[in-house]
Amino acid sequence: MGKWVDGRSEMIRFEGVCKRFGEKVVLDEFTLDVPEGQTTVIIGASGSGKSVALKHVVGLLEPDAGRVEVDGLVVHELDWEALSDLRARIGFVFQFAALFDSMTVEENIRLGLERRRQLSGADISARVTESLQLVGLDGSEHRLPAELSGGMRKRVGIARAIALRPKYILYDEPTTGLDPVTSAVIDRLMVRVREELGTTAIVVTHDMRSAYTIGDRIAMLHEGRVRAVDGVQEIQRTTDPVVRQFIEGRPDEAGVEAMVVTGRSA
Amino acid sequence: MNSFATTLRESAPGQRVAQLGASALVSARALRDARTWGPLLAGQMRRLGVDSIPIALFIAVFTGIVLALLSSYIFTGAVPLYFVGALVGKTVMMELGPVLTGMALAGRVGANIAAELGTMKVTEQVDALETLAFDTRAYLVVPRVLAGTLMFPVITALAMAMGVLAGWVTAINLLDLSTPEFVKGLKMFYKFKDIWFGLVKSASFGMAVTLLGCLQGLATSGGAAGVGHRTTRAVVLGCEAILVLDAFWALVLL
Repeated sequence: MGKWVDGRSEMIRFEGVCKRFGEKVVLDEFTLDVPEGQTTVIIGASGSGKSVALKHVVGLLEPDAGRVEVDGLVVHELDWEALSDLRARIGFVFQFAALFDSMTVEENIRLGLERRRQLSGADISARVTESLQLVGLDGSEHRLPAELSGGMRKRVGIARAIALRPKYILYDEPTTGLDPVTSAVIDRLMVRVREELGTTAIVVTHDMRSAYTIGDRIAMLHEGRVRAVDGVQEIQRTTDPVVRQFIEGRPDEAGVEAMVVTGRSA
Repeated sequence: MNSFATTLRESAPGQRVAQLGASALVSARALRDARTWGPLLAGQMRRLGVDSIPIALFIAVFTGIVLALLSSYIFTGAVPLYFVGALVGKTVMMELGPVLTGMALAGRVGANIAAELGTMKVTEQVDALETLAFDTRAYLVVPRVLAGTLMFPVITALAMAMGVLAGWVTAINLLDLSTPEFVKGLKMFYKFKDIWFGLVKSASFGMAVTLLGCLQGLATSGGAAGVGHRTTRAVVLGCEAILVLDAFWALVLL
């Protein structure tokens, strides 16, 4: 459990969150606590609702039922000012980095810092340089996102999030689409961010190597709800057949058969 | 705001009224947030306005030429030829200047905005702005709509002047008409209202085209196909809005 400050819990908590898009139920009574200071990894098949759950934390989506609490505040009940304050405490790293493509790397990172108006111009420049150094991209300040590789774009996305010195950082599929070496670089970077900045993190991924490297706890999302949540070693030893099938990457025999018969590739 | 258009379409009438009210409140908040949109306004005025001047002038030149030739063809033998000046002036200032410029800009500006914001939406740049605590209406919508509302009349005024100029050049070179005769016709039925009527219309066209471009762009989903679909809709709806507003102003102000 997280700490309590002024009677409020210092943690992120999903309580019975339900979300559907049209007829498709994505989250169905999704409940999960994210303790402070730890990295909680949410694993699950593509399309299982991992990213949808993450977007509820910063109010990009509202639950149809249930609630998401951050530091004791119910996100979907906050007014604009309170939501802005909350977002100032949370960094979000998007799946495809979501860099502003008309801006340079430096401008991408400066934007959030200038918005907050807490630092002077010189301090903002120093923070940009420091953040780029932390992700190993110092010297890339004046490049445009289109001039960067996929891995570099993700690192700039992380630099943009950590430049704000957030209390929480949310990673949406940080290693998806990257080669194994670049994935390992991103994994190390996430560990380094936690060690150096002490942020609480939620990482959404289906890359099990990444999950084992960076996670303190792993939660598996299956059919809209948490199927299992435990420490990394406990999850690795689990006997739950659904979790085992996922972490071992074993295809469902019936599913493979259906794809072969209909001529679809896996 | 992102799913506002979709939500509105799918909701019951009672809910729609409530949603429209909520949306108006959010828009009022965005409008007050000058700290966000203020620094962006000049850039949008240049990009959406100044950069659109060449296409507007191109259209105005040919409109002026055709109007002069057409009126000469109609009037010959029945009406004194200096009425060419009156017809060119009245038509360019009150109708064709604002409407043709508006239509051209519905294509150029409306498509530009819808494609840009649509791409930002599907690549999660709009979400990224929100997580950085930006009000996306204040950051993306307000500067564009204000730029359109302010710059459409400026472009239209230039188009009016160019249209009349082209009509005059055509009249003295291709028709049996002198400059004093053309000016006599131009002044004959001229009222100051002719100009401000056209400019008021064009301001409303600018607001409609940019607002529809923003709404369509921010309602985009589904990747490149979605961006194409919303861009097309922005242009079609922009043109339709111009025609409806044109009739509205004619009913209200004439």
